[in-house]
Amino acid sequence: MTLEAIKSEIEANVPGCQLEIIPNTSPSAQHSLLVDPAHALTVASFLRDGATVRLDYCSNVTGIDWPVKEVSTKTKVKKIVDGVEKDVDEVVKTQTGGYLEVVYHLYSMEQRQGPVILRMRTEDRADRVHLPSFTPLWRSADFQEREIFDLFGVIFDGHPDLRRLLMWEGFVDHPMRRDYVDPDDYEYEPTPHNEVLKRAREHQSAEGGL
Amino acid sequence: MDEQLKSELSRQGVVATSLQELYNWGRKSSLWPLNFGLACCAIEMIATTMARYDLARFGAEVFRPSPRQADLMIVAGTVTKKMAPQVVRLYNQMPEPKYVISMGACAISGGPFKQGYNVLKGIDRYIPVDVYIPGCPPRPEALIDAFLMLQKKIDEQYLTGPNRPRHLNADMPSEFVVPEFGEHDLEPTQNRDVWKAPLVNISIAGKNDSGSD
Repeated sequence: MTLEAIKSEIEANVPGCQLEIIPNTSPSAQHSLLVDPAHALTVASFLRDGATVRLDYCSNVTGIDWPVKEVSTKTKVKKIVDGVEKDVDEVVKTQTGGYLEVVYHLYSMEQRQGPVILRMRTEDRADRVHLPSFTPLWRSADFQEREIFDLFGVIFDGHPDLRRLLMWEGFVDHPMRRDYVDPDDYEYEPTPHNEVLKRAREHQSAEGGL
Repeated sequence: MDEQLKSELSRQGVVATSLQELYNWGRKSSLWPLNFGLACCAIEMIATTMARYDLARFGAEVFRPSPRQADLMIVAGTVTKKMAPQVVRLYNQMPEPKYVISMGACAISGGPFKQGYNVLKGIDRYIPVDVYIPGCPPRPEALIDAFLMLQKKIDEQYLTGPNRPRHLNADMPSEFVVPEFGEHDLEPTQNRDVWKAPLVNISIAGKNDSGSD
């Protein structure tokens, strides 16, 4: 079953849901399906229980941080300058990102199919970071959603036991976010290089070192 | 006592010794490690105690499941920041005299995970370490070598004088600060009485070393 077929199957059975196929241009060509969070739980339970799809196994859940990024694209535009038509470079700046993304890899053991890749996006990276939890549907998502909550800060509504998994209670940061700044413990670096060298230099000048 | 006279006497069947030698011999020959491992180094530690390498030959046959009965802590594996307070607390609960072997790259410095967000950059930031074993993971022979090195270290200790070991000196601490979980890192990030950062001149690091500069 192709992803397009699954998409039309979902659209026929879950009214009002917004789906988008995110193409993957790499040789693996693992295209994924972007689901809107409002209908995500209905879509997921259809994918698990629907007779044709039967995705009964969730193998992996992962998170991605997309910080706000300004992309400028150059296009050649014909313009009339001083009465003469010329090719002029026009720079268009667009903003991408600014959200957290969660990716589910789903398989069907019964139909020997998969993976079907689902994506969900939060509204932003600050406080509107709620997404529905799929743990009630696939138990295997339990620890992985906790890990994403811990390391990315996505809050999964409906998760039975949403606590930090790797870091301790009382830790406030989310270490896998792109803008995470790790604590300044660069006192001793035997062979510093690249990023570590930069941090070690900063540390030593702050401490008034060598 | 003169060494020559002692060996002469032992050939005649007379054993002469000093209290210090007897005391050190007793301590070094019954080092009981704490039964505790953190990562893959622990697998090598287990292999060391099994029949092929047989650490029991050196008097360390019983791994104690309680810190109250152990003399030696083998920190075998990556110490995460979440685990570090428990490791220090276990060390504090061991009675004196107590020793620490820091086994493997991670326990020494954080190893391949040194820049990780949850990895302690060496257990020696919180507790005093007697022997370091490099390796990832070190082979059982390396652990046995470290063990023999520790035995040699114990054998050379004096019972009196300014260089006497910590457990015979009432002024020296036997318990160390247990770090607390902070909002961004452990607090304190190191015990300054135990660990001082080695001086590394980083101003020369990162330069072009091809000679052309």
